Amino acid sequence: MINYISKNKSSLYWIFSDCYVLIVRSLKHIFKNLDQLMSLALQPIMFLLLFRYVFGGAINTGGTSYVNYLVAGILIQMAAFGATTTSINVATDLKRGIVDRFKSLPMASSTVLIGHVVADLFRNIISSIVMISVGLLIGFRPTATIKEWFIILGILLLFTLAVSWTSAILGLLAKSVEAVQWMTFMFVFPLTFASSAFVPTNDMPKILKLFAENQPVTHVIEAIRGYMVGTPIGNHAILAVIWCLVAIVIALPLSGYLFRRIGT
Amino acid sequence: MTSDISIKINNLKKSFKNLEVLKGVSFEVKRGTILALLGPNGAGKTTIIKVLSTLLPPDKGEIKINGFDVVEDAGEIRKIIGLTGQYAAIDEYLTGRENLEMMGRLYHLSKAESKKRARELLEQFGLVESSERQAKNYSGGMRRKLDLAVSLVATPPIIFLDEPTTGLDPRSRISMWRIIEDLKNDGITILLTTQYLEEADKLADRVVVIDQGRVIAEGTPDELKNRAGNNRLELFFAKSIDFNKAQQLIFGTNLSVDEMQNSIMIQIEKGVKEVKDILDKMEKASIEIESMSLHKPTLDDVFLSLTGHETETVRKE
Repeated sequence: MINYISKNKSSLYWIFSDCYVLIVRSLKHIFKNLDQLMSLALQPIMFLLLFRYVFGGAINTGGTSYVNYLVAGILIQMAAFGATTTSINVATDLKRGIVDRFKSLPMASSTVLIGHVVADLFRNIISSIVMISVGLLIGFRPTATIKEWFIILGILLLFTLAVSWTSAILGLLAKSVEAVQWMTFMFVFPLTFASSAFVPTNDMPKILKLFAENQPVTHVIEAIRGYMVGTPIGNHAILAVIWCLVAIVIALPLSGYLFRRIGT
Repeated sequence: MTSDISIKINNLKKSFKNLEVLKGVSFEVKRGTILALLGPNGAGKTTIIKVLSTLLPPDKGEIKINGFDVVEDAGEIRKIIGLTGQYAAIDEYLTGRENLEMMGRLYHLSKAESKKRARELLEQFGLVESSERQAKNYSGGMRRKLDLAVSLVATPPIIFLDEPTTGLDPRSRISMWRIIEDLKNDGITILLTTQYLEEADKLADRVVVIDQGRVIAEGTPDELKNRAGNNRLELFFAKSIDFNKAQQLIFGTNLSVDEMQNSIMIQIEKGVKEVKDILDKMEKASIEIESMSLHKPTLDDVFLSLTGHETETVRKE
């Protein structure tokens, strides 16, 4: 019996190699899982059209047109929904026994989480492009410069990372794939709807308004809206970045810890 | 390593919360042999496999694989083992070939080696034609084969198979048995778990019977079968007169009678010859037999003889 395993490369090299292999795996999933690809393309279009035409006439967004107001909100809501795919994929890997297999290999098995999170970034870029294109067709008129578009992309990716790592934790804690569905629902729905995504917070009841104006998703949306269509940014951008970084700094090591402990 | 013992387990204990799953298990596996862990659901078989494949730390006990300790040298052990779990742990969305190549890379083979091994294994397991199809479209038997192939990517000298044929149709089961025998002939040491005495009998050099976290018997398949009792021949009669005549004819042999079904169950001690003799005797006496069946001893019989109780599913492993 020959044992093929190479012994002449550093362990750091193999950690990067493991990372790369598993990122490629997760990226392949995006295009090989047709159902997921469909919802990726259709969901943002659906939300955009429904809100634009069903609620558009009834919502007063001050000086901005509703479609200009709406795009930032839906962009971030879709990013949040998209980023919870990580929790479903992590839970599925656990249930199918793939994680057990990875753990029995001479590899850095927690890199499987990195693969799923990076796939979320790609997925969100795709759905954002789809959504903004449809937005342009129905009257969205951004004023952002090239530089501002890059800032928007940066915030979007940072936000996706924060939600993805947090949802990796949910995926690791959930007892089943079904449990993940309601856990992510409870996590993402209040944060995206009780925000300034679809309506200005001014007319919300007092306590809800207090929450909506100060929670991280609103900061992210207001920052992006500001860069996109020129609404006031204030300290939203800096708070958005701080919130995301804090979430990542907490969720990253915690998910690694939970991953190692799982099943023992 | 010059010792001829591949796997050595001494007094392995493992509890989950307050539940003691393994209560001091000890056994050894000789290099190049197949050992079957035989036991019902919940006996602790999967837990043993998980400890051996470094997925679970043991609470107590000395567990060595090729001289490496499962706790201290986990990294070394992962390089020399292949694990095939109870559920086909393959990536549904990737093709068969992609699964194998990915696992090769994760076993830290070079890109070229991974491709080469993938090709070899697809061939060896008869999966070449379906190699470009997504694994989610594979049949149950193909999945198991791919799953086993994946664990062989790095040509490990030791593999663990957790219930390799549970849920397979008879044809896939036989083809899986053939593959496992081939692996043994290649010199691989195999530890497998099973709920079927027949499977242990067919494949294993030695069998360790596990019940409720303890080893309750150990030996060759033949030794165990002898303890489990003999094959039994059951004869059914359409007419009561034949039924009665038959009882008188073979009176004295080891038999039990079922009046309700007009059937006789005879213990067969000397194999096929004895069955033939009984049938000949019936023929000569012009006794008409409606139908017959031959019963092999099952896991239940082994358990009955070893523990006095039948297998019971305590809980799912």
